[in-house]
Amino acid sequence: MKWKRKDILDLESLTQEEILHILHTAKPMKEILLRPIKKLPTLRGKSMMNLFYENSTRTRTSFETAAKVLSADTSSIAVAQSSVSKGETLLDTAKTIEAMRVDLVVIRHSASGAAAFLAENLEAGVINAGDGQHEHPTQGLLDMFTMQEHLGELSGKKILIVGDVLHSRVARSNVWGLTKMGAEVVLVGPPTLVPPELKVLGVKLSHDLDAELPGADVVMALRLQLERQQSGLFPSLREYSQLYCLTMERLKRTGKDTLVMHPGPMNRGVEISSELANSAQAVIEEQVTNGVAVRMALIYLLMGGSGNVVA
Amino acid sequence: MEGNVKSTIMDADGVRRALTRIAHEIIEKNKGTQDVVLIGIRRRGVPLAERIQNKIEEFEGVKLPLGILDITLYRDDLTTIDVQPVVHETKVPFSVHGKNVVLVDDVLYTGRTARAALDATMDLGRPQRIQLAVLIDRGHRELPIRADYVGKNLPTSSKEVVSVRVQEIDGADDVLLLEKPE
Repeated sequence: MKWKRKDILDLESLTQEEILHILHTAKPMKEILLRPIKKLPTLRGKSMMNLFYENSTRTRTSFETAAKVLSADTSSIAVAQSSVSKGETLLDTAKTIEAMRVDLVVIRHSASGAAAFLAENLEAGVINAGDGQHEHPTQGLLDMFTMQEHLGELSGKKILIVGDVLHSRVARSNVWGLTKMGAEVVLVGPPTLVPPELKVLGVKLSHDLDAELPGADVVMALRLQLERQQSGLFPSLREYSQLYCLTMERLKRTGKDTLVMHPGPMNRGVEISSELANSAQAVIEEQVTNGVAVRMALIYLLMGGSGNVVA
Repeated sequence: MEGNVKSTIMDADGVRRALTRIAHEIIEKNKGTQDVVLIGIRRRGVPLAERIQNKIEEFEGVKLPLGILDITLYRDDLTTIDVQPVVHETKVPFSVHGKNVVLVDDVLYTGRTARAALDATMDLGRPQRIQLAVLIDRGHRELPIRADYVGKNLPTSSKEVVSVRVQEIDGADDVLLLEKPE
């Protein structure tokens, strides 16, 4: 397949073929990552800039690690210490970065659509590392890569995504990607966090976790942002965890060796019990490793060929 | 296949004999099979390496370790080529440290693939020695590289294409000389 894209903005617009191509490319990247000497000369002389308007440890470090293994140069802008705090607009900041001949910009921003806006205005490639409540495509891809490694073909697999779906860009990217693979996705959470409007995503909604667990191949817990309680979306953490916390006991209901996932950072005891998170069923650390592999694949695909590189 | 077939350089028997000789030479040059490992370069170097492995097992009763190398990420033309090559997995399930590594490929031409394979191998560890085995050496080197084991030296013009076909990938074992299409 010929890769034509300059940017990765969302999974909604990627075709099934493109997603499979990315996942296929991530496989050799993982092998490289697991080597004792993890360094390749592939992207020597290419540069990538992390532009993070929101806090992030794992995603930013993951992108940096991925770029470094492939020998691309990276730098990061933590917005709090940058000219943004002097009132510079997003576009001006990005144009300044591009003027430094950066080939790829990785952006995280609290506004949905920020990455797409940059992609339209920059010649450099853009990867969306999370934009508002819209999408977090690299997380969706690494989740799918992890599922595929354990389950093989995703078609027909039952996947539960549990928690604050309403505010979750991780959930949205997973829904778009997984449904393109033919998986059966069920979004589970309290009615305030899984409102009926989410039906537009074209998947089943449920408020009863225990009823959905039987037959589930994957259960993914989402991070519950504790400030949502203050805004009245659920009455108490205790009630939330009684109904939706993933525990060893609860997972027995699936009747199979279900994969337990979490995009991190975890609130142990709120959306997932410590015991379960530490168990062999949980692949949470593996998700992190796979995240680097998937990002290596994307960085290679966006910066590797002549067609998608700033001349 | 690209281009018109001008002649058949080797038929299935020719390929078999050349690999048999290379297998013997590998044993001879390394004074046995101690510390010798084979690494096939994707794609057609892989089945060729497997056959050399089988032959050496037949002659010496030793099954040499066999690895697979994908050199895509080591190519020197990645930023200039139009169609980005698909990356495949490198599978070298043993340490190359201190080993006599025999790289196996189908055709030696400019030497650029061999250069990439050398770098890729060294990134896996520090071998004692690296040797190169090819079925066809067609000349036109652009780098100071030579093969240690050659099935056949074939003088060619740059307008020609040498096509090595193997049963496992192409459904036939032979070597053809083709005219490059205009």
